[in-house]
Order: sequence, then C-alpha cells, then structure tokens
Amino acid sequence: MAAHNTPVIDVKEMTKTFGSFVANDRLTFRVERGEIFGFLGANGAGKTTAVRILCGLSAPTSGQITVAGYDVWTQSEQIKRNIGYMSQRFSLYEDITVYENIRLFGGIYGLSRRQIRERAGELLGRLGLENQRDTLIASLPLGWRQKLAFSIAIIHRPGIVFLDEPTGGVDPITRRQFWDLIYETAQSLITVFVTTHYMDEAEYCDRLCVMDEGRIVAMDTPYRLKQQYGAQDMNEVFIKIARKEI
Amino acid sequence: MKRFLCFVWKESLHIFRDYRTMLILFGIPVAQIMLFGYVITNELKDIRIAVLDHSKDEATREITRKILSSGFFILDRTLDSADQMEEVFREGKVKEVVVFPPGFAEKMQRLSGADIQLVADASDANTARLVVNHTSAIIRDYLQKRIAETSMPMKITPGVRMFYNPSLKGVYMFVPGIMAMILVLVSALMTSVSIAREKEYGTMEVLLVSPLRASQIILGKVTPYMVLSVINAVSIILLGNLVFGVPVQGSNVLLLGVSILYIFLALTIGIFISTLVRTQQMAMFMSIFILMLPTILLSGFIFPIENMPKILQWFSALLPPRWFIVIVKSIMLKANGLLYIWKELLILAGMSLLFLVMSFMRFRVRLE
Repeated sequence: MAAHNTPVIDVKEMTKTFGSFVANDRLTFRVERGEIFGFLGANGAGKTTAVRILCGLSAPTSGQITVAGYDVWTQSEQIKRNIGYMSQRFSLYEDITVYENIRLFGGIYGLSRRQIRERAGELLGRLGLENQRDTLIASLPLGWRQKLAFSIAIIHRPGIVFLDEPTGGVDPITRRQFWDLIYETAQSLITVFVTTHYMDEAEYCDRLCVMDEGRIVAMDTPYRLKQQYGAQDMNEVFIKIARKEI
Repeated sequence: MKRFLCFVWKESLHIFRDYRTMLILFGIPVAQIMLFGYVITNELKDIRIAVLDHSKDEATREITRKILSSGFFILDRTLDSADQMEEVFREGKVKEVVVFPPGFAEKMQRLSGADIQLVADASDANTARLVVNHTSAIIRDYLQKRIAETSMPMKITPGVRMFYNPSLKGVYMFVPGIMAMILVLVSALMTSVSIAREKEYGTMEVLLVSPLRASQIILGKVTPYMVLSVINAVSIILLGNLVFGVPVQGSNVLLLGVSILYIFLALTIGIFISTLVRTQQMAMFMSIFILMLPTILLSGFIFPIENMPKILQWFSALLPPRWFIVIVKSIMLKANGLLYIWKELLILAGMSLLFLVMSFMRFRVRLE
C-alpha cells in the first residue's frame, strides 16, 4: 500500500504518436488517492488514447508513467491486477446472465468462490437487482447494464477504476444515478479516472483536466475553472477554452 | 489456471446458450453425412447397359436375358465392335458394357474357362462399383444353376474394367471429405467468429485489461471448440460406420491423433483469420471463402485432384484438407500406419506452426 500522500497516477511528459499524428502531446498530471479525476474533451482530443495507455492496452511513445505505483513500461502485469476498466462500448457479455457475468469477472480477477458469492450478493443488493440475478444481460435496460458493468469493474476492489465515457447514450437522470455510484466508490478510496464529453458529468468531478488536440489546456477543480474563466457552468468554460479566449 | 478455467466456462456458456451455434455444430455434420451417404449409395434401378456379344451363342443370350430381367438394368443398345465403346460412354447414358468374347459357350466348359468383361463408367465411382458387383452376382448365379443342371465343371471369369477412373477414387471418399470440411467449419469458422465477436462488442478490451494473458484468452476461446470438434470427428466416423458401413481398417488411435492435429491446425487458422478482421461478418466471409469453398472444390473431396489443371493442383497443395483427406483415407481404407503418412503429417504440423507464428506476430502488432 502506498502512503496516503503519494499520487496514484503519476504522469510526466506522456506522448503518443501514430505516424505523424500526435494523439497525446507531453501530458503531465497527477491523480491522488480517492479522487474523482475527469478528462474532458471533444471526440478526438486524445482522451481515450491516454486511458488506453494508462490501462496497458497501448504502449506510450515516450514519458514516465506510474499507475498504482507501478511503471507502465515494465510492470503492466501488476498494473492490470490493480485497476478496473469500463469502456464506452458496452462491456458485459449479453448472452449470459447477470450472475454469470459477475462470476466470470470475479474469477478472472482471481477472487475465491466465497468472495464472489459474498460480493455478488452485496452488489446486487446495492443495485436493487436481486430479482434479475438470472436474467440475461441482453434483456436489461441500458442504464442498468452500465451500473452493473461499473460495479463488476470494481468487484476485485482495485486501487483505480478507469471509465472511458461510461455513460454514453443514457439520459441525464440515469447519468446522475450512475454518478451516485461513482461517489460511493470514491468514498471507499478507490480512485476514479473518468473521461467524458458531457458537461454535467464534468461538474461532478473533483478535479478536471480539459484536453484539446492532444494537449492539456486547463486543469483544476470545476469551481476554480469556472472562476478563472468567469463562467456560469462548465459548458461556458469549455466553449471559452475551445475558442481560445483566455 | 483458475482464471483460465473460468474463461473456458464462459466460452462454453456462449456456445450452449445459442441454439444456432449448436445447430451448426451438430446438425450440419449429421445432415451432411446423411445427404452424401444416401446420394452416393442410392439403390440401382434402370441402369442402362450395352452388350457387345462376339459370340452370340445360347450361353451369352441366356446371360444377357438374366441380366436384363434382374430389374436393375435396361438394354440401351447392342454394339458390334469394341471401338463403339468409348463413344457410348462419352454419351453418358450407358453405365456398363458387357463384353462376351468369341466362342463363349464353348470356352466355358474348358479348364481355362470363359472370360467376360464388364466395363463400367467409373466417373461416378460408387455407381460403377455397384453396377459391376450386381452384374457379377447375376453371372455367378447363372453359372451355379448351370453347374447344378448339367453337373459339368464350368468356369466364367468376370474381368472388370473401370472407364475414366480406374482406381475407383471416390468410393468412401465422403467420410474423410466431410470430416475435413466439418472440422474446418467448426474449428476455424467458429473460433474466428467468436474472437471477432469479442472485438466487435468491445469485450476484448476488457479482457486485455484484465490479468488474463493474451495466450490465456486465445486458449480459452479455443478449448471448447477443440473439445466439440473432437466429438464431431468421432460422431462422423461412427455415423459413417454404423449407417453406411464405411470401415476404419487402420488404428483408431492414430485416426483420432491425426484428427486432433488437423483440428489444431484449423483452430490456428481461425485465430489467424480473427487477427485480420474486425467484425463477425468479415470473419465468416473470410472463413467461407478461403476455407470452405476451396475445401469443397479443390481438396479432392468431390473432384479428383488428378483431373485439375496444374495451377489448381498446386493451389490445392496449399490446402490443409487436401492432406488430411489423404491421411484419413490412408488410415481408414488402407489400414496404413505412421510409416505411410508421416510426410502428410509433417505438412499439417508445419502449417499449424506457420499459422501460430503468424497469429502471434499479428496479435503483437495489434497491441502496439
């Protein structure tokens, strides 16, 4: 266990290029334990590329990066054990049941049978899905699936959970409910790293990093960003940043 | 290991939940065997024959009459010389020509006996074999009755000649051929589709982020199909044997071992295909066009390789089923052991290695 004050994610000068295209340009940031850290940006701003590198799905071109105290260049196996991941595309298996999905991912992350049983009960109780235990994922509404996918992504109690546009395609109310889950999670000192292009979601983050064309153009709490740009809400901040009115 | 087993369990769930998959896995082999089996072994009725009688004595007339009254055969025409034979066969209606040599009745009573020649159109090998067997049986029957009547020693030796396809390739070919086809279908097509599905739905990312290794993911995907393919191979052999009497002359263990090698090869091809495609549909098209169709057309399953143009012969040498069919025929029909098939086995093993290495390289490139 790392000490409380060391960053959970520490990124220095992270760069990723695809040929001549620079997807991430010398990103530098730190994320503290238990923080809800947001990456805000338009499509193609480089958010997903960054998340993929931090998760070990893609190798950076250069930079010094540690996740959960492990180096992405050399210790990707350890990193994988200590993170959870949920992507913008739906990530549970539709043709098997709720409980079977839980059991599968519990098993993949090396939980014992007893742990799986206990955590599954707890998880279904919290989501109010006890009666849907043996329902196929395909027949659950999208909002429920996403909450379930999130809960399963943290079933092994990882240090960090990466959410890559987790609420794509759902209405604001369901999004709000989803965020209640995220708050609960952050309270148990699981760090939440989330990418989004929804402004209401951006407001919910503890700290926010605004990306544009592969670069970090602003990074602070939503409150201070609004102050700094003299804006009413994040939407205005984002528009001002995009128009480069600093 | 536990992670791995968990993954295999999930993969099996996918298969057993989806009745369409199950239908492809088990319905098609049974349907194919039945279809091919019955199409090829259909009973003889109204087969057209021609008679070339150089002797025209009472024995030859009696035999001809017996053949024609058996119900299996119809006299299409009588020939005057052997030169007409080829033309008759080329027309395609006549399936057999019965040739009596000069002085038949007289020769019958000699010690050397009389020859009778049965010439069959073996382009349809199975029918040819049946036609010749039936005719021989009728002649034998005639001979026995004559011997009983006259209590004199007599002898007729039927000589069989196969036109177009002298070694009768094609007989029993359908069991090895169907094995070759079904195992490719199940192993390569199903694995490539199921891996492509993970990519399409985005679940592959979730798996790659998990502590599962890439090799565990691939093996986990492949294991259930391996098991199912082995079951399939065994059931095809059993069906062929029980329903159509296709024997396994050689070692069952060897046959099973060879099948497992072939299945393994098909799986590596499936994995390789899955590294090339993004969607299930692409995977399916690739498998069908680069595996299924060539298997049916070029592997020697239906059309003899010897009759193909040279270029297609070379091309067919690149197809795993071609070698597998040779091996299976060799074991099932000729009872050959390892000594006779090691070359083909080496080719299959080499191909597996090639695809394994290529998939591995593609997989790494993709992760970069």
